[in-house]
Amino acid sequence: MLILGIDTATNQVGCALGGHEGVIASVASQRGRRHAESLAPSIEFVLGQADVVLADVGAIAVDLGPGLFTGLRVGIATAKMLAHALGIPVLGVSSLDLVAFAVRLTPRLIVAAIDARRSELYFASYRQVPGGIQRIGEHRIGSPDELASELMASGEEVLLVGDGAHRYREQFAAIPRVELADQGWSAPCARSLVQLAHARALREEFDAGSTVMPIYLRRPDAEINWDTREGRHRA
Amino acid sequence: MEPLELAADAPVLGIETSCDETAAAVVCGASTVLSSVVSSQIDLHARFGGVVPEIASRAHLDLLVPVVAEALVSAGLDDREIAAVGATYGPGLIGSLLIGVSAAKALSMVWGVPFVAVNHMEAHLYAALLENPGLELPLVVLLVSGGHTMIVEMRAPGRYRILGRTLDDAAGEAFDKVARYLGLGYPGGPVIDRLANDGDPEAIRFPRSMLDEGYDFSFSGLKTAVINWVRRHPDVAAADVVASFQAAVVDVLVTKVRRAADAVGAKGVAIGGGVAANSALRSASPRRASPMVALVRAEPRDVHRQRCHGRGGGVVPAGPGRSLAARLRRRGVAAVAHLRRVAAALPGR
Ligand SMILES: [Zn+2]
Repeated sequence: MLILGIDTATNQVGCALGGHEGVIASVASQRGRRHAESLAPSIEFVLGQADVVLADVGAIAVDLGPGLFTGLRVGIATAKMLAHALGIPVLGVSSLDLVAFAVRLTPRLIVAAIDARRSELYFASYRQVPGGIQRIGEHRIGSPDELASELMASGEEVLLVGDGAHRYREQFAAIPRVELADQGWSAPCARSLVQLAHARALREEFDAGSTVMPIYLRRPDAEINWDTREGRHRA
Repeated sequence: MEPLELAADAPVLGIETSCDETAAAVVCGASTVLSSVVSSQIDLHARFGGVVPEIASRAHLDLLVPVVAEALVSAGLDDREIAAVGATYGPGLIGSLLIGVSAAKALSMVWGVPFVAVNHMEAHLYAALLENPGLELPLVVLLVSGGHTMIVEMRAPGRYRILGRTLDDAAGEAFDKVARYLGLGYPGGPVIDRLANDGDPEAIRFPRSMLDEGYDFSFSGLKTAVINWVRRHPDVAAADVVASFQAAVVDVLVTKVRRAADAVGAKGVAIGGGVAANSALRSASPRRASPMVALVRAEPRDVHRQRCHGRGGGVVPAGPGRSLAARLRRRGVAAVAHLRRVAAALPGR
């Protein structure tokens, strides 16, 4: 099955195409935050390079973040509408899974940590398995201190990857047996997205189009402030 | 830029996500609306007293596919018959606009048809034609809402000239601010319209800013004058204040649009946008032969939504090939949040 992968969770706009023979075409561009301008031409470019048409695509994979809201929504709106018009399924993948997948060739425990802003990290642990990675436990949100003390307590050999790991590198650098992956591996990429999604497509783990949405981490500020205010009034 | 040959009656899908309504419509030519689906988020924003951009963006992303799907199904034609896909690219909330633009580009890629980035103001102009196919050009259109106030000359489909615009507050914004100061609630337009019926429009002579100068508007001085008057005369009847305020706004709008129509030899005058629902504005008929066509006649919000957002919102004007080609944007276009930049991009300016 041919999969078109769309990744707009960071400043980068990435697009890749691949299937059982691996990634056959990909493009990534760093143009600041102009996702809405770059994405459609990127998709057309990748299709052209691979000499296929959209009708040949069997599923759309999309990075669900967490990441830049505007970028994510451009990518997800595009993915959902493409899938709807083509009558094909969507595969939503978290950025954590993507950055962990890219560094999977290690026997160590892989911990992916993405900056969730407001002094928090979004993180999860993974192990390499034949053909990919397996997540151990749920995606979690917590402070860098929480993650650091967990890593300290576990005593395991750990490869720490992601922009969150680098943002708070002082907190992690001193922990024994923990190594920070090179910063070049911090951003999710569309190539990993297609590879990961292809494995999932073989297992037919598709998402219903209506449930595909960004991993927002938090409710909108307006709602949070509203509830806080209401709570105060009631108290 | 790809050349575009579009038959005058080719079906076109339009998508509108500039604010708090997710809308899609299929339109043929200048007057046939095959389907129009509008999903309002009004309930999601009501408790915050205004549109919250982040909440709007989240809702658009959830609603857009079902809304577009319904518009296509109820148009009753095969998706492959759609000849072009349009989306509002501004002005509006940038995060919301980008969702509609991205989705429209996706559809244009799948169907292999042109994507057309539509200026929301331009869509309002077309809403005038959809509603009144008999309107003759050239037309002078007064666009008045909470977000914009401008006078546009429409010579032909795709050929416009902005004759004047507000230099500060939009007309609807002035209504909202005065209503808020007087504690009348939100949105200000309908409450002031209602209360003004009981007041004397000549009770207070509020200033008519720039009445004799060109076609631009300024409403912030009027708003300040109202506030100062009420401060100095705390016992004044609110109905008289709002009636006099409304009279000042309508006086300026009508005087300028009338003068503009005369100057360009317009065959008609049309009013669009939320403030067009104002009863004083609607009944202020021009003293010349050209008909003043009030595009919004009934309950303002619903009608504006239905006429301008559902139908006109993302509609691609299917006019002569040349003007269409001029408007055709490559799929590389993004969205533009601000009126000034979008207005500057209006073709023919
Ligand atoms: Zn509008």
